[in-house]
Amino acid sequence: MSLAKRQGNWVILLSFVVAFMLDVMPLPEWAVDARPAWIALVLIYWCMALPERVGIGIAWVLGLLLDVLEGTLLGQHALGLVVIAYITLQTHRRVRVFPLLQQAVLVGLLLLLYLLLALWVMGIVGRPIGQWSYWLPALTSMVLWPWIFIVLRDLRRKYNVS
Amino acid sequence: MFLKIPAASLRLAVFVIASVVLMTIDHRQHHVETVRSALSVVVYPFQYLVNLPVEMGQWVVNSLVTRESLLKENARLREEHLLLSSKLQKFAALEVENQRLNELLESSFKVGERVLVAELLAVELERFQRQIVINKGSREGAFNGQPVVDAAGIMGQIVHVGPFSSTVMLITDASHAIPVQVNRNGLRAVAIGTGATNNLELEYIPNNADIRVGDLIVSSGLGSRFPPGYPVGQVTRVAIDPGEPFAKVTAIPSAKLDRSREVLLVWPQDQTGEVNQAPANSGKS
Repeated sequence: MSLAKRQGNWVILLSFVVAFMLDVMPLPEWAVDARPAWIALVLIYWCMALPERVGIGIAWVLGLLLDVLEGTLLGQHALGLVVIAYITLQTHRRVRVFPLLQQAVLVGLLLLLYLLLALWVMGIVGRPIGQWSYWLPALTSMVLWPWIFIVLRDLRRKYNVS
Repeated sequence: MFLKIPAASLRLAVFVIASVVLMTIDHRQHHVETVRSALSVVVYPFQYLVNLPVEMGQWVVNSLVTRESLLKENARLREEHLLLSSKLQKFAALEVENQRLNELLESSFKVGERVLVAELLAVELERFQRQIVINKGSREGAFNGQPVVDAAGIMGQIVHVGPFSSTVMLITDASHAIPVQVNRNGLRAVAIGTGATNNLELEYIPNNADIRVGDLIVSSGLGSRFPPGYPVGQVTRVAIDPGEPFAKVTAIPSAKLDRSREVLLVWPQDQTGEVNQAPANSGKS
């Protein structure tokens, strides 16, 4: 049991490391606005699959790291991630058994909320954003969700993370 | 009553409040800069790993380059070196003359700063901020607010410094402003970033001011953050609307903000402790 648990931690950690790297990976100019919110997607998956292991505390720490990585206000991403982790934890029993497409729509809504919180923060500190492309990551993340769900689920089953 | 609050909601409330408090402190004061610096050590491996393929690609290109092209490049660089050295001779004489004249005028113009070459990491930060990451940090003596320049002009300043890397805010960031003057006549202004890649706006220039398209604007050294006399940009448009109190002046940055790979960190002279300007005569330089 303890061995399986250690192994599991390793898989979870690795998935977040990859997500962090994807988050700052240079993209061509046309794709920059559409970069999916990788950390949020991976976090939603683990909150849904293993709610007793990945929760609000981890979401907050991840958010702080993301803020340092991206150079945003310390706490901006943390706030958004904490809120979506909470909503996922509250609804994970229902959402877990939804068909993938329905899940994707819910994930899209969660990411809209995440972006909205960040937009409020940026508006309050005086750097408002008036472009429609600001919301694009919610769309691309929604499209990517089924794929991420399947990849992470297979990883979880293969390494027996529970 | 108190015990009925579910644990998850309580934790949500605690962490939301913690985030809001942290953001407030980060925005208003700079006490959490040490936290950010410590956390930057944790995220530096991610940045390093993302940058690694780019670096390896360059290494491969460098090692596969032919002898012929190296010779060609060497010849070109020699030529350039000769040209620059001859220019520098002239500048050295001019510098001494300038200093002598300034001494006669008892003004406090100083030249000669310490610099260090830093390299950009190929990582992308938040898409609505103009920020870059460089591979030099507090270990090499970088500090918050340090000016960063490239071969063509001022790029920006360091906003977060970590032990191994630092974040640089470019002069085009929407929350950046730099005091400048027109090189031709010393007219002072403030150049403000717009958030667009290659655009600066010059604020508070009266409608009747003598400024033209093509004027070079240089840093004025006011505010004692940037060293005076470095190129900042070139005026591209002057729009005068008689109904407005100020002219709308836009400029294009001199520095190659989106193309430079090597940048220079500058230690202004009073940071190295050599010269300490008295506030009374630090006005115009």
